[in-house]
Amino acid sequence: MNAIILTAAWGVIMMFGGVFFKSKATPKYWAIVGILLAIAAVFAEIGYGESYFNVDLKGLLHFNSFNLTFIAVAYICTLFFFLLNGSDIEKVGNHVSEYFALIFFVLCGVAIAATYSSLLTLFIGIEILSIPLYILTGSDKRNLKSNEAALKYFLMGSFSTGIMLMGIAFVYGGNSSGTFLVANMGIGQGQLPVLIAVGLVLLLVAMSFKVSAAPFHFWTPDVYDGAPTVFTSFMSTIVKAAGFMAFLRLFDNVFGAAHSQWITLVAIITAATLFIGNITAVFQQSVKRMLAYSSIAQAGFMMLAIFAINDTAKEGIVLYTAAYSLATIGIFAILIKMNDYTVEGFNGFGKAYPLPAVAATVFLLSLTGIPLTAGFQSKFFMLMAALKNGQHTWLIIFAVLCAAVSAYYYFRVIQAIWFKEATTATSVADPAVFTAAFKTMLVITVVLILALGLFPECITNWLHY
Amino acid sequence: MPFNYYFFLSLAFFFIGIIGVFPRRNAIIIFMCIELMLNAVNLLLVAFSKMHNLQLGLDFPNIGSEAQVFVFFIMVVAAAEVSVGLAIIVMLYRNTHSVDVNFLNRLKN
Repeated sequence: MNAIILTAAWGVIMMFGGVFFKSKATPKYWAIVGILLAIAAVFAEIGYGESYFNVDLKGLLHFNSFNLTFIAVAYICTLFFFLLNGSDIEKVGNHVSEYFALIFFVLCGVAIAATYSSLLTLFIGIEILSIPLYILTGSDKRNLKSNEAALKYFLMGSFSTGIMLMGIAFVYGGNSSGTFLVANMGIGQGQLPVLIAVGLVLLLVAMSFKVSAAPFHFWTPDVYDGAPTVFTSFMSTIVKAAGFMAFLRLFDNVFGAAHSQWITLVAIITAATLFIGNITAVFQQSVKRMLAYSSIAQAGFMMLAIFAINDTAKEGIVLYTAAYSLATIGIFAILIKMNDYTVEGFNGFGKAYPLPAVAATVFLLSLTGIPLTAGFQSKFFMLMAALKNGQHTWLIIFAVLCAAVSAYYYFRVIQAIWFKEATTATSVADPAVFTAAFKTMLVITVVLILALGLFPECITNWLHY
Repeated sequence: MPFNYYFFLSLAFFFIGIIGVFPRRNAIIIFMCIELMLNAVNLLLVAFSKMHNLQLGLDFPNIGSEAQVFVFFIMVVAAAEVSVGLAIIVMLYRNTHSVDVNFLNRLKN
């Protein structure tokens, strides 16, 4: 409960703070203080079961070590996002503290979407997560690309909300208990009633929309490409992971007993997501667009957790959130500093700026899933979860093959960084952007990624606290 | 009136909404179709609420009331979405003097 109330309150503080902050840099520090407070409060709740707010929830939200660990991981990734990208948020426009306020509202939505235990709070959480993002996507008001991305994201997002609500209504109607509470639903094994089966399919479609799983991914590349790059970094990592968390909990707690009836459907969606994400990413010239497709490919790997639904999958999704978010936030933070977003823009980057180049290499290796990095461990957990599940083993082989394909497009950037000479006369990036503080943060992120690769249990142990 | 009438009426609204979203080019019309989908859900939820109450209301008088509360939440969220969505459409109109979604093809490549 701490996380939800603190982030919502801090969002309001940031919003009104915009009136009083004199300098453009001030909101960043307030945001960092806010997220640190939220992280501390979440850890207090995991470690000591201490909730500072006594609210009668009527069973609408449920807190356990799994949810809370996920929230803690998401917030720590947000802290890294603020530290690495804080000064880039200031460059998007004039309303800096409003951007931070919207990010805090999204974080409130992340906490609700991760802890819901009623379909009502699922809906509220997903909406609180999405609506501020529509605004952030369109925050570059004069840029037509940003406008287009915002409109597309908004129309597709509200369309999928409509489908999700229809699914909820069907599940409610088919369930004789007449409740939205997940605990009292009691959808058992055996043939599902027609209404519930239709509701399940509609919810599957809507959640696939939200986490950009194929064949409902078509909005993703355009929106991620058009949005201001800092916000792309935020919404392709933390928000997507929260979508997966909601997805996993929905299919675990509500439809878990009927696992055998929807597993084939999820397997097909997973395979399609892996295939489309990886194959289309190969053909992209712009690194930003390539990362948008790679986020679809990584979503395919996260779908394996929903396919498997077991304890390893739960450990895996939290670890994947950490590994994927840190690496993607890191590579986006470097990409923002580049003058040219194409792969050729990275030519000669290694010679000019060795330290950021090493960091970029580690981030890309982690995204590929090379051993010693967090990306490897998280992919390993996902595959192990799918293997333990025992059905559809072809999917695991397919996932490994797709991971091999992903090496092509990630390594192309690494090759440009280290083995190609700068072709144009203009420099790769302005030297002034790589400040000492930024470099320190990059080193810390790299160390964290390597540490998670060696000791994944430092996150997964929290789940069993 | 039998429950089925409400059920099929709301399904009809929902499909009119879905069918309206895809071929349309005017952003505001698409938006209206999405609102129609949400309102179809509202109608269905209220109908289901009444259905549950008729079935089990003698034993549990409050059964089904949750769905009616849910409808209020949908209305509030839809209002929030309208405020954001119309702001986005107005922003687009200021830059392009059009609300035609086919005009938006800068990101396709």
